[in-house]
Amino acid sequence: MKRLSTGIWADKGGIRSSVEDEGGTIAGRLRGLVPVIGFAMAVPLLHLVLRVAGTEYCLTQLTMAAYYAIVVTGLGLLMGYAGQVSLGHGAFFALGGYTTAVLTTHDFSKWKAATGWLQEAHIMVARQDLYGNQLVTVTPWAAFFAAMAVAMIAGCLIGYPALRLRGHYLAMATLGFGLIVAKLLVGSNLTGAADGLNGVPEWILMPGLVVSGKVPVRVQNYYLACGLLLVVLVLLRNTVQSRVGRALKSIHDGEKAANSMGINTAAYKLKVFLLSAALAAAAGVFFTHYTAGIGPSEAGALKSLRYVALAAAGGMSNLWGVAIVSLALNYFSLRGWFGTYDNAVFGALLILIISLAPAGPLQPAAAWLRRRGWWRNAQSSHHGTP
Amino acid sequence: MALLETETLRKSFGGLLAVDGVSFKVEVGQITSLIGPNGAGKTTLFNLVTGLLPPDRGTVRFKDQSVTGWKPHQIARAGMSRTFQNPSLFGRMNVLENVMVGRHCCSDSGFWGCALRLPSQKREEQRIRAASLEELDFVGLAYLASFPASALTFGQRRMVELARALATEPEMLLLDEPASGLNTSEKRELGDLIIRVRKRGVTILLVEHDMSMVMGLSDSVVVLHNGAKIAEGTPVEIQNDEKVVRVYLGGEVENVAAG
Amino acid sequence: MGTGDLALQYLLSGITKGSIYAVVAIGFNLIYSATGVLNLAQGEFIMLGGMVAVTLAHYVPLPVAVAGAVLVVTLVGCLLEWSLFRRLPNHSVLHLIIVTIGVSIVIQEASLHIWDEKVRSLPYFTGNEVSSIHLLGAAISPQVLWVLGTITVAVVALHGFLKYTLTGRAMRACSANPEAAMLAGINIRNMRTLSFGLSAGLGALAGCVISPITMTHYEMGAPLAIKGFAAAILGGLGNPMGAVAGGLLVGVLEAVSVSRMPAAYNDVAAFVVLLLVLFVRPHGIFGLPSGQAVREH
Repeated sequence: MKRLSTGIWADKGGIRSSVEDEGGTIAGRLRGLVPVIGFAMAVPLLHLVLRVAGTEYCLTQLTMAAYYAIVVTGLGLLMGYAGQVSLGHGAFFALGGYTTAVLTTHDFSKWKAATGWLQEAHIMVARQDLYGNQLVTVTPWAAFFAAMAVAMIAGCLIGYPALRLRGHYLAMATLGFGLIVAKLLVGSNLTGAADGLNGVPEWILMPGLVVSGKVPVRVQNYYLACGLLLVVLVLLRNTVQSRVGRALKSIHDGEKAANSMGINTAAYKLKVFLLSAALAAAAGVFFTHYTAGIGPSEAGALKSLRYVALAAAGGMSNLWGVAIVSLALNYFSLRGWFGTYDNAVFGALLILIISLAPAGPLQPAAAWLRRRGWWRNAQSSHHGTP
Repeated sequence: MALLETETLRKSFGGLLAVDGVSFKVEVGQITSLIGPNGAGKTTLFNLVTGLLPPDRGTVRFKDQSVTGWKPHQIARAGMSRTFQNPSLFGRMNVLENVMVGRHCCSDSGFWGCALRLPSQKREEQRIRAASLEELDFVGLAYLASFPASALTFGQRRMVELARALATEPEMLLLDEPASGLNTSEKRELGDLIIRVRKRGVTILLVEHDMSMVMGLSDSVVVLHNGAKIAEGTPVEIQNDEKVVRVYLGGEVENVAAG
Repeated sequence: MGTGDLALQYLLSGITKGSIYAVVAIGFNLIYSATGVLNLAQGEFIMLGGMVAVTLAHYVPLPVAVAGAVLVVTLVGCLLEWSLFRRLPNHSVLHLIIVTIGVSIVIQEASLHIWDEKVRSLPYFTGNEVSSIHLLGAAISPQVLWVLGTITVAVVALHGFLKYTLTGRAMRACSANPEAAMLAGINIRNMRTLSFGLSAGLGALAGCVISPITMTHYEMGAPLAIKGFAAAILGGLGNPMGAVAGGLLVGVLEAVSVSRMPAAYNDVAAFVVLLLVLFVRPHGIFGLPSGQAVREH
C-alpha cells in the first residue's frame, strides 16, 4: 500500500500530534489543562473587572447564565457527540426546578401521620414562609434527590421509546414531550399554573455555602455556579476522551458499524440521554433555589429551542465552545441587551450558524489560528461537523 | 469441530426470498469462502449470522450455543467480528481511535469511571491504546494512526477496518468482499494479511468475487445461488462441480477463467 | 340538545379544526417529498395568511384581500426556498429541521414587530358570529361551511394539479426519483421552489378562511405546525390523502378531549397521541412499514 505523500502531513500538521495529545504524555496532559486553567482564571478575573467597574450586580445574571450553560453543555454532549437530537430539554430543566419548588413550598402539615418521622429523618422540616405562616415542607436536599428521580423517570419514559427513532421523528417526539410537560405545568394548580411558583427557600449545601439569590451571598453563588460548570466541563471532557466517548462518537458516525463492534448502541443512547437530562434537571434545581422561584416559560418550546441554538452556536461537539458561547449569549439576553428582539436573535442565530458554519463559528476561527501557528488544540482537529 | 453452524436459515424481503434454507458449517481455524453470483444472498447471509438482520426461520450456532436472534453487539462480544462491503469507518475520529473502538468489547469502564478518570480506567485506556497500535501495525498502517479516517484512500480504509475488527480479539472474522475496489498489489497484500490472521488462530469466513483469491486461500468453499446452497467442498471440488460451472457460465465467465 | 346532537357538534368543530391541520400536513408532505426538508415553519404560513389578509382588508374588498394574502405568502414561501434552503444542499436532516425552527421563530418575531401581540380576525365571509345554519340538529356557523368548502376545493384542485398537469407530474417525479427526473429534463430547483410556494399559498388560504373562527395571532403558527406534523405522521409522511385523514383525526380527537378534560390540558391529548403513534406505528396509521429509515432494527 502506498504511503501518503508528505504534502498531506504538512497540511494536517495539527493532527499528527493528537494521538499523543489525548494520551498519557506530559505535554498532552498539560495541553488538556489549558482550557481548565484558563476558565478557572477567567472567573475571578471577570469578578474583579465587574467589581472595579462598580457593576457587581451583573454577577446575578452571570450566575443564572452559568446554570443555563450546564444545560447547554449536556445537550452538546447528546447532540454533538452521540448525534441524538432533543428539542425538549427545557422540560427536564423545568421538571427539576418545579419538583424542587413544589416540594419545598407546599405545606405537608396535613399529612400529620407521615410528617413526624419524615421530619426526624430530616426529609421534612417545619419552617415559616415569607408571610410568617407555619409550614411543613420537604428539605432542599431531599427535594433535590426527588427532583433528579422525577427527571430520570421522565427521561426513561420518553427516552426509551424515542431513541429508537431517527432524525425528524426523534426531533418531533422530544418536542412533543416538551410541549406536554409545559402544558401540564401551566394547567395545574399545584405548579402555580401560569404564574409559576415562588417563595422557594434557600438551599444550604453545607455550612457556609448556600444557594440563594440574596445580595450578601451573591459572590459566593457566582463562584458556586461557575465552579459547578467547570466541574461538569471537566467530567464531560474526560468522558468524551475515553472509551465511552468513542462509543458515543461511533454511534453518531455509523450506528450499524458501532453495534457490530460490540457497542450496545441502544443502551448508550439512553444513558447519554439520561446524563444530559440529569444535568438539565440539576441545573434547574440550583436555578430555582437561586431565583427563589420558577415559571412555566422555562419548560416552553422556545427555551428548549434556545438551548439547541446555543449548542449549535458553540459548535456542538466542542464542549468549551458550547459553554462559553452559551454563557455569554445567555448573559447578554438576561441583561436585556437584545430587547424585544430576544427570541428573534436566537432564531436568526440558529439559521445563520447552521447554514454558514455548521461546526460552529469557533471552528473556522480556530482553524485560521492554527494555520497561523498561533494555537494548537487537539480537540478541534478531528471532531468535524455534528 | 464446527465453530459456526447455520441450519436452514431463511430470510425474505417482501416477496423476495433472499436466503432460502441455507445450512453450512465453518470449521475451527479454517478459511471458508462464500461465493455466488450477485444477488445470491451472500451479504444477507452475513447479516443474518452477525445479527444485523433477524432470520425468518432457522438457527445460527456459534461455539456450540445458539446465537439466533442475538443483537449484533452481543454476537460481537461472543467473539465474532466483521467488516463491511463498503468500509464503514467512523469519519469523526482519527485512525487510531477507530481501531480503539474495536477494543470496546474487551474493556469495561463505564460513564463514571471515564468521567472521573479512575486509576483503573487510565490503565485500561493505556492498554486499549497499546493494543490498538499493535493491530494497526499488524496491517502495516501504524504510521497513519493520527490521520482523520476521512482522509484515507479506499484501500487504507479497508485495512483500518480490518484492524478494527481484529481489535475485538475475535475467534471468528467475517470479511465481506474485502478485495473489491483494491488494485492488484493491494489484493496481494490483503491475501498475505488474511493468511497471517489465520495464523493467529482466527477462523475466517470470506465473501468474495475474486476467484483467484478465493481458490488460493480457502480450505473450503460454499456456493450460493438464488439464496440457496448449491455446492460445498474444497476449491478443487468446487472448480470441477458441474452445477457451479453452469451457474457461473450464466453469470460471470471472467471470474471462472481467472480461477 | 341531546347527547347525540352534542356529539355531532363536537364532531363538526373537530372536523373544522382538523381541516386546517390537514392543510398543514399536506404542506409538510408537499415540501418533504420534493426537498426532504421537514418544514416546521409550516404553521407560520397560516398565521401570515391571516395577518396579511386582515391588513389588506382595510383597503380592498375581502375577496381581493384573501387573494392578495395568498399571493404574498406564496411569494414568501418561494423566497424562503430560493434564499435559504436551496443553499443548504449538503446539510443533514437534523440541521435542516433546526433551520426551519429558526425560520419559524424569526417569522413569528417579525410578525410581532410588524403587527403586534393583539388578536385579529377577518370578518365572517357571510353573515356574522351569531348567524347559524341548522343541519341534522347541529347549529353550524356559515363560516364552517366556508372553511370546509374552500379547503375541499383547494385539496381537490391540488390533487388534480399533481395528477393531471405536466408541472404537477414533474413535481411528483422529482419526489419519486430526483436523478431520473433531472435526466428527463425537469428543473428540480424550480420544482422545489414551487413546492414551497404551493404549500405556503395553501396554508395562507387556510389561514384566511379560519381567521373569523379561531382568530389570527402571531403565536398561532407553532402549535399548528406541531399538530399538522402529528397529522402528517398519522397519515404516513409523504402520503397526501393520508394527511387529510390524519388531520381530521387529530381535530376530532382534540375536540373530544376538550369536552372531557379541563381546558388547560386541551393540547395534551393531541401530543400524547402523537407520541404514541410515533412509538408504536412511526410509519403512520395508513402507511405501510416500508423503510428502515424510520427506526433501526
